[in-house]
Amino acid sequence: MAEVEETLKRIEAHKGVIGTIVVNAEGIPIRTNLDNSTAVQYAGLLRHLTMLARSTVRDIDPQNDLIVLRIRTKKYEIMVAPENGFLLIVIQNPCE
Amino acid sequence: KVPKPTKDEEEGVDTGDGWDEWSHGKALTKPADQLELTEAELKEEITRILTANNPHAPQNIVRYSFKERSYKPTSVVDQMAVHFVLEGSLLHQDSDEARRLRAKEECGLQDRPDSVASKTDKKEPKLTNQFNFSERASQTLNNPLRERSCQTEPPPRSIFSATANQWEIYDVYVEELQKQEKNKEKQKAIPSKKDNEKSKKKMMLMETQGDDFTKVGKASKIFERMVNQNTFDDIAQDFKYFEDASDEFRDQEGTLLPLWKFQYDKAKRLSVTALCWNNKYQDLFAVGMGSYDFSKQGRGMLVFYSLKNSAFPEYIYPTNSGVLCLHIHEQHSHLIAVGFYDGCVAVYNLKEEGLEPVYKSTAKTGKHTDPVWQVRWQNDDMDNNHNFYSVSSDGRVVSWTLVKVMLDASCPQLVVQRLTFHKQIDYLFLVGTEEGKIHKCSKTYSSQFLETYNAHSMAVDAVKWNPFHPKVFISCSSDWTVKIWDHTINTPMFTFDLNAAVGDVSWSPYSSTVFAAVTTDGTVHVFDLNINKYEAICQQSVVAKKKTKLTHIEFNPIYPIIIVGDDRGYVTSLKLSPNLRKKPKAKKGQELPKGPEVEIAKMEKLLSLLREPEQNAV
Repeated sequence: MAEVEETLKRIEAHKGVIGTIVVNAEGIPIRTNLDNSTAVQYAGLLRHLTMLARSTVRDIDPQNDLIVLRIRTKKYEIMVAPENGFLLIVIQNPCE
Repeated sequence: KVPKPTKDEEEGVDTGDGWDEWSHGKALTKPADQLELTEAELKEEITRILTANNPHAPQNIVRYSFKERSYKPTSVVDQMAVHFVLEGSLLHQDSDEARRLRAKEECGLQDRPDSVASKTDKKEPKLTNQFNFSERASQTLNNPLRERSCQTEPPPRSIFSATANQWEIYDVYVEELQKQEKNKEKQKAIPSKKDNEKSKKKMMLMETQGDDFTKVGKASKIFERMVNQNTFDDIAQDFKYFEDASDEFRDQEGTLLPLWKFQYDKAKRLSVTALCWNNKYQDLFAVGMGSYDFSKQGRGMLVFYSLKNSAFPEYIYPTNSGVLCLHIHEQHSHLIAVGFYDGCVAVYNLKEEGLEPVYKSTAKTGKHTDPVWQVRWQNDDMDNNHNFYSVSSDGRVVSWTLVKVMLDASCPQLVVQRLTFHKQIDYLFLVGTEEGKIHKCSKTYSSQFLETYNAHSMAVDAVKWNPFHPKVFISCSSDWTVKIWDHTINTPMFTFDLNAAVGDVSWSPYSSTVFAAVTTDGTVHVFDLNINKYEAICQQSVVAKKKTKLTHIEFNPIYPIIIVGDDRGYVTSLKLSPNLRKKPKAKKGQELPKGPEVEIAKMEKLLSLLREPEQNAV
């Protein structure tokens, strides 16, 4: 538990990282360093996208599974990983 | 004023007089919304005509005449408007229809009393007519209708939607399979009820604690690496793909491209005392931290880094005493043997949780009394136990075997600092000493040396066998020299003077003639004997501050990079440019032979060149 906490802290402190969000199985952000409304928005939108991506990957080969979904946008990069029903989201601006 | 209408006299409607009398009889009332007209307009006479024309009849029917092949208007239009039609049932006496009816009646049926025929036959027929007819009917009492209904509570409804994908089906099957297997296990073992309850309670507690971060532990680890990759994207690209094109113009020389730099906050004041790559996971390497300064002894650290994450170590083990040497087991890459400044040796197991080593030597089990300078794993002995050797300046070479207890065997008194084992010839090993001599020893003869070489004038810092050629080894020392030997010959084959104390030297894993050395002035020297027998093909300073001394160097087993440790606790990774990694050119038409034989042959060629003049001289 403490290790994961530390890892998340390090990620948050890393250069260029705008924010991290941990979303639980019900779609509610349980830990974030962004403001609540943004976090809720990200959580809601990315949840559907991740489920769809996961469905696509598994449809092609049921023994395969999605590990990370990386969305590179003009302004920054959004990384989403589903795990154990939870969702971990990191937003980073890599070109700073 | 009411406008005076004049009517056409055709219809014979009264005009004029009657209207006048009527209008005078009453007082004129003017409605509020009467249209205002001027005097002239009031006097205007409007003619209204009643005609016999049907206003609804069309006035201009046009019919197509086939004779004249054009549309012609019909002048005559029917003006009759029919308001009411009723089909009667009267027949004229003399009409055909009537005659037929009479004929029919005369033939047979004479029932109808009110038919004309029967009337005329009988004398005084009953006067019945359609007008004096009464119909009688009767109706039963209709019960009043009342509506009664009852409604049950509707069953609860919920909307359910799902998708049927390949993977959903697969998941269900897998679950079924697991259930079946569990049932089989349950049948075999009968658990006690108490345990079940306890485990259930634990499960409940875990769930109520609810949002547990550990569930995203794996993902967070991957993310840390991704975030690092993004930040150091150019370094990652360089590592993978960059090949210095300017090497073609640089004659034989090469360069070292700096890549990631590894440092750990808590190990800032320690210097890097040992480096080792992991054979199985070639992006993982171990760094031992401690201090070479005997007056500044304190704690130490064992830290593992991965190239995938340069910001933070993968594993951290703090130790009581400074680490002086370490070695990762070649086959079981989770076992690490560590030697400490206080003379202890320990074995860490990466697979286990916890920061303590799995085995540690104590005074009872025969730990060294002086710092341990080198540890080296050996192949498993005949009982399949892991064993390793340790060398210390108390003069003992000790072999440790990991059984439940530690055993040892000792060796003759030497002031030993370095130890290296031959790859193929298992029992043969070399030890370097503080006095500068190198001894060739055998495991079987524990009391005598096979050979002694007067190698250096100061302490031997490193001794290493050539990974390809079985006879060659290299040594370096603080007397500024690096020497290459053939173990059958007492004098060095090559000697290189590097203008500063040499901290470490290492053969490259891809070529038998390439090796690299680091010096205390912060320079890395790379030599390729195949290209240049007298000079380094690359001499590059890799430290930021001038005073830092480089302590260790190691080549990565598969990637063209080297890691260099210094006395400030930093580990820098550098990429070797193509000139430093040259393979022998193939002759035209011939296929390039690969494999260690080539490397050996290369070295042999070099050595023979050296030997010939000697033989000639002799």
